[in-house]
Amino acid sequence: MLAKSFISALVLTTALTVPGLAQARPVTLTVNLSQYGGDGAYLAVYVTDPAGAYAGSLWMAGGKAKYYRHLSDWARFTGENIAEVNGITGASVGAGRSLELSMDLADALFDAGYTLHIDAAVEDMRDSPNEIAVPLTAAGAGQAVAGRQYIADFTYGF
Amino acid sequence: MMRRLHRWPGLLAAAFLIMLAVSGAILSVFPAAERIASPAAVQGQTVAELAALVLDQHPGAEQIRRSPSGKITVWWFDGGTPGAAVIDPATGQDVASADKSVIRQWLTAFHRSLLLDDAGRMTMAAAAFAMLCLALSGSLLVARRVGGWRKWFSRLRGPLAGRLHTELARLAVVGLGISAITALWMAAATFDLLPVDEANPAFPATVSGQTGVMPSAIPALQETPVADLRELAFPAADDASDVYTLTTSQGTGYLDQGTGALLVWATPGPWARAYEWVYLLHTGEGAALWGLALGLMVLATPALAITGAILWAQGRRGRPRLRGMVAAARAETVILVGSEGGSTWGFAATLARALQAAGQAVHMAPLSSFSPADYIAARRILVLTATWGDGAAPSSAKGGLERLAAARPLADVPLAVLGFGDSSFPDFCGFAVAFEAAARDRGWNLLLPGERIDRQSPQEFARWGRALGQALGLPLELNHQPDTPPVTSLTLISRRNYGEAVQAPAAILRFAVPKAGLWRRLTGRGFGRFRAGDLLGILPQGAAVPRFYSLASCHRDGFVEIAVRKHPGGLCSGQLMALQPGQSVQAFLRPNPAFQPDRGTTPLILIGAGTGIGPLAGFIRAEGGRRPVHLWFGARHPDADLLFGEDLERWSDEGRLTGLRTAFSRSGPRQHVQDALRGDALALRALIARGARIMVCGGRDMARGVQGALNEILAPMDLTLVTLKSEGRYVEDTY
Repeated sequence: MLAKSFISALVLTTALTVPGLAQARPVTLTVNLSQYGGDGAYLAVYVTDPAGAYAGSLWMAGGKAKYYRHLSDWARFTGENIAEVNGITGASVGAGRSLELSMDLADALFDAGYTLHIDAAVEDMRDSPNEIAVPLTAAGAGQAVAGRQYIADFTYGF
Repeated sequence: MMRRLHRWPGLLAAAFLIMLAVSGAILSVFPAAERIASPAAVQGQTVAELAALVLDQHPGAEQIRRSPSGKITVWWFDGGTPGAAVIDPATGQDVASADKSVIRQWLTAFHRSLLLDDAGRMTMAAAAFAMLCLALSGSLLVARRVGGWRKWFSRLRGPLAGRLHTELARLAVVGLGISAITALWMAAATFDLLPVDEANPAFPATVSGQTGVMPSAIPALQETPVADLRELAFPAADDASDVYTLTTSQGTGYLDQGTGALLVWATPGPWARAYEWVYLLHTGEGAALWGLALGLMVLATPALAITGAILWAQGRRGRPRLRGMVAAARAETVILVGSEGGSTWGFAATLARALQAAGQAVHMAPLSSFSPADYIAARRILVLTATWGDGAAPSSAKGGLERLAAARPLADVPLAVLGFGDSSFPDFCGFAVAFEAAARDRGWNLLLPGERIDRQSPQEFARWGRALGQALGLPLELNHQPDTPPVTSLTLISRRNYGEAVQAPAAILRFAVPKAGLWRRLTGRGFGRFRAGDLLGILPQGAAVPRFYSLASCHRDGFVEIAVRKHPGGLCSGQLMALQPGQSVQAFLRPNPAFQPDRGTTPLILIGAGTGIGPLAGFIRAEGGRRPVHLWFGARHPDADLLFGEDLERWSDEGRLTGLRTAFSRSGPRQHVQDALRGDALALRALIARGARIMVCGGRDMARGVQGALNEILAPMDLTLVTLKSEGRYVEDTY
């Protein structure tokens, strides 16, 4: 299954929508899951700023909010505030499947010390916070990063 | 009503319920298997000790989880590769794979969602709701059938499918009800319909920022026994701001990884605690034996579905299909039928077809569905009904009288009532008469004066049809040949002759039990299962209407036995009296549940004369030895027509027959059986005071005499036959 979503605008929280944000570029995020042999994975995709503080969420794969606590880093950052993922929530992603997201991200996020994180969790299996943590740089585009538990690899590209 | 509430969810959901039940029953085995396979727990072990053992084996441990069954799973990340295993808490060493079996995963997904995600979850939740409705309505039906909640486990009677259905249901209903309620609860939680109050402490704003305290040195872990542990999550290796997360049966808290201090603790709310119990009750995880018991109970579901479907099909049988029938709202003529054995349906169908042939739009339905508000286009309502017992409603008319009383009469729609019955019974067509009287009282107009058809007489029915036709201005010729049930050939094995000497020839005829297939045994049709007191319908050669004889044997006796007296000019009795071993008759069975011994162990008082001894002899065979059985029996002469005489003597010797008193009208003191009763008034009073049940079988004159005698005997006890009757302690079968 290819969960595809087109997000026409920058989806970070207002805290980040500073002037200069007008410059945005279309970005494609691809998450390939491994065959971990379990139910569909919940994935939280979010960004932290150069200081390591939560900057905003990009996507939540998984519809039932009561399981979000198992995405423990994301939960810690947001206090499980569902408003953080309002309108950017999709289905959980099955083992071996891919999640592909297209969105416009502000140029200001790249090469400025921001980090993209993915927390993953699967029912009855271990929680895997911060499974992906990759700095957002122009040079890093197109380079696959391996996950450690459920995510085979992650790539962002322009 | 309750029956319908039970039937439709059952039939609609049957396939889903079978899938739910079978997958659930298989799943119930896993917690037990896990319980057996799990390494033994260590008495008194603390989480601190366990964590130390785990870290020895897996320095990169990230999570320790203890399942309700006691299985301890560890997840770690050693040298860049993730790993997981079930460990032995005594050594910390890996003993088994942490992965759930593929079968269990698949079954779980199938059980809760048919592998169809949320749509499937809703479907299965709907099926669980149907199961709950079935459990509740079924319980009420069982209670009604056995005569109250206190008799929940009393012995059942009747055709096999019905008994199996009830038998299984009353054993399984607790499990089915609990499974359904807990399933609905869990589904509601999944769909966020219940309040969420799990222990979910806010992450501490500040931590020490130090690292390095060993779990074995953390006081909270030293105080927590492993038996209380749910989960311990270690802080992320490279994150000094992270903490230990401890979840126990009491709550969840965060522990500083530098100081070991308990930073924050939260306890679950009542909903979360309730959910844990619901989860345990539903899955058996943490209560393996309960899970197995539940699985077993739930496994009754497929059998319940199948027997239930058979029962439903049986209920429809006997009710003829009417081609071209219109809906109740469109019918000009509404025909309502009260039938017990199905023969009245046959008459109704003949009437309906004749009306259709005359151009009428006809709707035919059981009288129990009487609902005049629906009969928008009706010009008339025709009620054809039999009577059950002493003026009671036959099965397809149950509740009809109550509905009549509740409904507003239709001013322009006249009603006609036609009763079916047997004029030799005292309350001939009692229910039809009562229905017509009630209709008149309610203000209904009558199309025709009420008529009564005696013994399925086609001539009388045709005459009524002509009268109806005249009233409607339609030519109506009703030509009905009553259908008899499919007959079986019964072969005579032996006969015993009596009464020649007193010019009243009688005989006990014993037939071989015809072979019955499994289906017939299941559905209780044919000769798979019968009891003394049931009726044997015999179709004499050259006649269309059967004659009925009470059975003197039950299927366990291995033969079909009746007692017959020759009636002057009687077609059937003449043929039977001439029957020789090896020859056969055409016969069928009709259950007669109204004339059966109860299930109690109180004394049985049997009173009969002549061939009325037949079913009573059967009762002695079946009940004797289980409870005291006393027989008062009247005949003409001890040497001529004491039917079952030698058997009675043997049964007395064997102790099956506690007391025997005979009365002879042409010998000795020339007594009738009622005289003998009067003579034994003291003994009878003693038996009745002990809760005895009285069963009378014989001719109507004898029955009247017996009633008189019994009323005299009861009078000093402040009792009457009416009271005994209402308590089900006096029943009679007369002819």
